[in-house]
Amino acid sequence: MTKLLEWLFGVSFVLVAWAVVSFDLLDLSLPQTYREVAWPMPLYLLVSFGCYSLATVGYRVATFNDCEEAAKELQEQIKEAKEDLRKKGLKM
Amino acid sequence: MLYADKYSVLLPTYNERENLPLIVWLLVKYFGESGYNYEIIVIDDGSPDGTLEIAEQLQKIYGEDKILLRPREKKLGLGTAYIHGIKHATGNFIFIMDADLSHHPKFIPEFIEKQKEGNYDLVSGTRYQGNGGVYGWDLRRKLISRGANFLTQVLLRPGASDLTGSFRLYKKKVLESLVERCVSKGYVFQMEMIVRARQLNYTIGEVPISFVDRVYGESKLGGNEIVSFVKGLLTLFATT
Repeated sequence: MTKLLEWLFGVSFVLVAWAVVSFDLLDLSLPQTYREVAWPMPLYLLVSFGCYSLATVGYRVATFNDCEEAAKELQEQIKEAKEDLRKKGLKM
Repeated sequence: MLYADKYSVLLPTYNERENLPLIVWLLVKYFGESGYNYEIIVIDDGSPDGTLEIAEQLQKIYGEDKILLRPREKKLGLGTAYIHGIKHATGNFIFIMDADLSHHPKFIPEFIEKQKEGNYDLVSGTRYQGNGGVYGWDLRRKLISRGANFLTQVLLRPGASDLTGSFRLYKKKVLESLVERCVSKGYVFQMEMIVRARQLNYTIGEVPISFVDRVYGESKLGGNEIVSFVKGLLTLFATT
């Protein structure tokens, strides 16, 4: 099953469950509170996911390692390499 | 104990006259120090700047058993470069990496040890975990990188933290079977390799790496690349 299909199944399942509870499609006679809570759920979930995404990406950008050491080390090794290669006869 | 393992490093090059000697020097240094058996396969796509000529000099310095030249006539793309390189590789393991010094050979022993630790089918270098990271990226670039990676994780749930990275170690048979199945180009090609690896139940290990970008200033990540990335991502989402 492709990821797309997995998502479609998952979303359909959630929407059907939501519709059944919110609109009382199966005449389940659920307490009013269930319906009141279920009704805005899709919007809540979307907004929550949006906030989670922003927070996660923001955090990851903020903590993205800056490899200063690696860059310095590379510069030094480049010098060393050029010198050694010159000795070995490389004509750049 | 005799090491039966041999590591072939595939270096596709295009206009890397300046960098090729340096990356080869570093590879020789770190492989030499580690004692592992290796070869470096330079796949030059008809570079007009004389990369091949420099490669020939390096071959004289380090030996034809260590530096193999398998050039092609023109720029033919990464997937075919790997296929071409694999054909000539005598190792049972293959390293793929960039030849522009953004990937540092000092991580090679770590890749090898990681692979042995779990007998992984492939080991992927990650910029996003542990003390992996990047040098030379501004906020915009970091934001695009993390944002794209997040989107990829949500849509594909790939089981690897860095999908667009191209510093990897593969078992030769694994690389062969993946390359023939992958159809994408560019960044998406590297992503597709990981996604297909998961599909085929190959095991994936990770090693944090530092990525030193000396090129970013000259070639900013533009709208075109972003669009083609999203297209490629959606294609993978819908077809795998």
